[in-house]
Amino acid sequence: MAWTRQILRVNLTKGTCTSEPLNMEWAMDYLGSRGLASKYLVEEIDPKVDPLSADNKLIMATGPMTGTIASTGGRYTVVTKGPLTGAIACSNSGGYFGAEMKFAGWDMIIFEGKSSKPVYLMVENDKAELRDASHLWGTSTWHTEEQIKKENQDPQIRISSIGKAGENQVLFSCVVNDLHRAAGRSGVGAVMGSKNLKAVAIRGTKGVGNVENPAEFQKVTAEKKQILAENAVTGEGLPTYGTQVLMNVINEMGALPTRNHKDVAFESANDISAEAMAKPRESDGKAHLVTNQACFGCTIACGRISKIDKDHFSVVQKPQYHGASGGLEYEAAWALGAANGVKDLEALQYANLICNEQGMDPISFGATIGAVMEMYENGTLDEKKIGVKAPFGSAEALCELVDMTANGEGFGVEIGLGSKRLCEKYGQPELSMSVKGQEFPAYDSRGIQGMGLTYATSNRGACHLRSYTVASEVLGIPVKTDPLTTEGKPGLVMAFQDATAAFDASGLCIFTSFAWGLGDIQPQIDAACEGDWSEAKLQEVGERIWNMEKLFNLKAGFTKEDDQLPKRLTTEPAKEGPAKGLVAGVPEMLPEYYEIRGWDKEGVPTAEKLKSLGL
Amino acid sequence: MQKSLYIDPEKCTGCLQCEMACSFEQTGVFNPSQSRIKVFSFEEEGRKVPYTCTQCDEAWCMQACPVDSIKLDAATGAKVVQDDTCVGCKVCTISCPFGTINYVVETGKVAKCDLCGGDPACAKACPTEAITFVDANWTGLDKMRKWAAKANDASL
Repeated sequence: MAWTRQILRVNLTKGTCTSEPLNMEWAMDYLGSRGLASKYLVEEIDPKVDPLSADNKLIMATGPMTGTIASTGGRYTVVTKGPLTGAIACSNSGGYFGAEMKFAGWDMIIFEGKSSKPVYLMVENDKAELRDASHLWGTSTWHTEEQIKKENQDPQIRISSIGKAGENQVLFSCVVNDLHRAAGRSGVGAVMGSKNLKAVAIRGTKGVGNVENPAEFQKVTAEKKQILAENAVTGEGLPTYGTQVLMNVINEMGALPTRNHKDVAFESANDISAEAMAKPRESDGKAHLVTNQACFGCTIACGRISKIDKDHFSVVQKPQYHGASGGLEYEAAWALGAANGVKDLEALQYANLICNEQGMDPISFGATIGAVMEMYENGTLDEKKIGVKAPFGSAEALCELVDMTANGEGFGVEIGLGSKRLCEKYGQPELSMSVKGQEFPAYDSRGIQGMGLTYATSNRGACHLRSYTVASEVLGIPVKTDPLTTEGKPGLVMAFQDATAAFDASGLCIFTSFAWGLGDIQPQIDAACEGDWSEAKLQEVGERIWNMEKLFNLKAGFTKEDDQLPKRLTTEPAKEGPAKGLVAGVPEMLPEYYEIRGWDKEGVPTAEKLKSLGL
Repeated sequence: MQKSLYIDPEKCTGCLQCEMACSFEQTGVFNPSQSRIKVFSFEEEGRKVPYTCTQCDEAWCMQACPVDSIKLDAATGAKVVQDDTCVGCKVCTISCPFGTINYVVETGKVAKCDLCGGDPACAKACPTEAITFVDANWTGLDKMRKWAAKANDASL
């Protein structure tokens, strides 16, 4: 089976926790995690609901592979209607929390309503109860984890929580588990905050004992781990350098968005690269990077654990940040660095630490700072308004503003709105580098054309994790395509989108897809789950998930106009590098994309398409 | 040749493949809470350390057992709990200086590493060779090799 077949429903208004059987018919159509939780969400909430109202729901979900010995089988997903975007939000995370939920016997937990006071959910196998969290409110995710373990005298509890940013409903706040893993994007943390739900604490000792064919599962998962071990990206690049190895690569392609996407290359990219992380610092002779670490079950181990320079201005008076901690990953290093023109690696790590500690998405935070700095430089905002001088490149401003945003102080409250609302407020909506209100990650769509279409059509707003065509356009996985052309990209994007949805629904990490295709996860899922799981079926599950998410967004009020990039990317050509003179070709790719999706000219799925997917 | 588990924490990433493999081998369930090897996390230093029974020669647990339920497996050197006679008195859990034998509420018996009969699942599952199963007389061989390499380096 691999599903536990049990759902925990927590009504925060009434204070009740009840179990119910998983809808297995839906499990067969949507697999798990992102797919299955989204199915529950779209069936249970009005797409027009205010994301921060009691009527929104928040679902934490595992997949059938979560908590098994399959490599990377430790992921869980947070699904809700996102406050940053107003679209369906689905953020997934590694660490150990997802597997623990499965070990406690739950496929998913559905939170509904709103508690009248701060609470946390304590789950111990079948037993679940809401407990007072007033003593945790106003504290960080790190303190919350420590305190819950301490007061229960159980260091083996796994916890997922929000920090002050989620409590304050910062629109890009995230849900953090195991200290430095996060369901990061779209403001899922603010939804928890709006429900007065501080944390979810789980201790599961039941394990996963129901895989369909244990002997076959052991054999096939071992074979597939070997593929990961022998692959250049998953076996060597990611464990050794982490995702940040991309910094110099993408910069040389002229696709590293710099200073709020004004430029496509950052002159100091090397200073914030994976190579810089591993190099001994001048100040204390120690490398920033301490070691790599893995999430539950992961044989890749791309995670970075680093130590900040104790004498750096950001932490010199703050010994609590002197220990080892998570970071930096590529997207965070880009958003906190190149996007603002900041080249101080220690400052980037400090901002990243605060994002982890208080629960904020470093991509949206960093990109919003990029917009703030541009408005500071063009005179829209000044020192008096912001509270600090904030020109591009100011590490001091970055560190100051991350504190203000995390703590809800001064101008930080406005930064917490995200770049779209902030730029609109100050009359410069065109300076928000976002789609559907969510900020871009670290690839410029003028230099990597497929990523432009990826961002424009992503159901959760601009995002690299919905169809990472960088794999093909830069790394040649599974086949090399030309990053500078729009030709063939609609098909490429669609194929990546559907396959990614299937990976996400399984409970495995999308990073395996550097080495695995659907053909590699298929035998693992088939050995673990009841039912007949062919590659074609997984493909269809992926396409069904994509169309279901799209339908939700259409009902929420999104139109074709929302599948567009900011003007800067379609009208201001890249100034240098291989893409010099190019703009993002989304307008020419979109009609073809809609067509091959089986959608009409307005981007609405046709009745025929929906029927073929059983929607 | 008898073999021993050899653990090199520096190579551990904290993936818990060992705990999954151990629990599956011992109980048929993927369940770290039933694993006889545990990975500890030292967040401040960014270290992960796997820890399990070292199969002491004069094992405290074996000496302390009042019903003689912990026996030596002569082939592997493992000290193995006999489930059919263990009465769950827990005296062994008190006597073990390392904490590597523990009571299991679900079975009413104690559980510890038994080296899987000579082919430990944890070592096979470890993706980074942080856990290996090596010649019991030469668990120091890898460390010796490292130092030997330094001794041979004229630049040092």
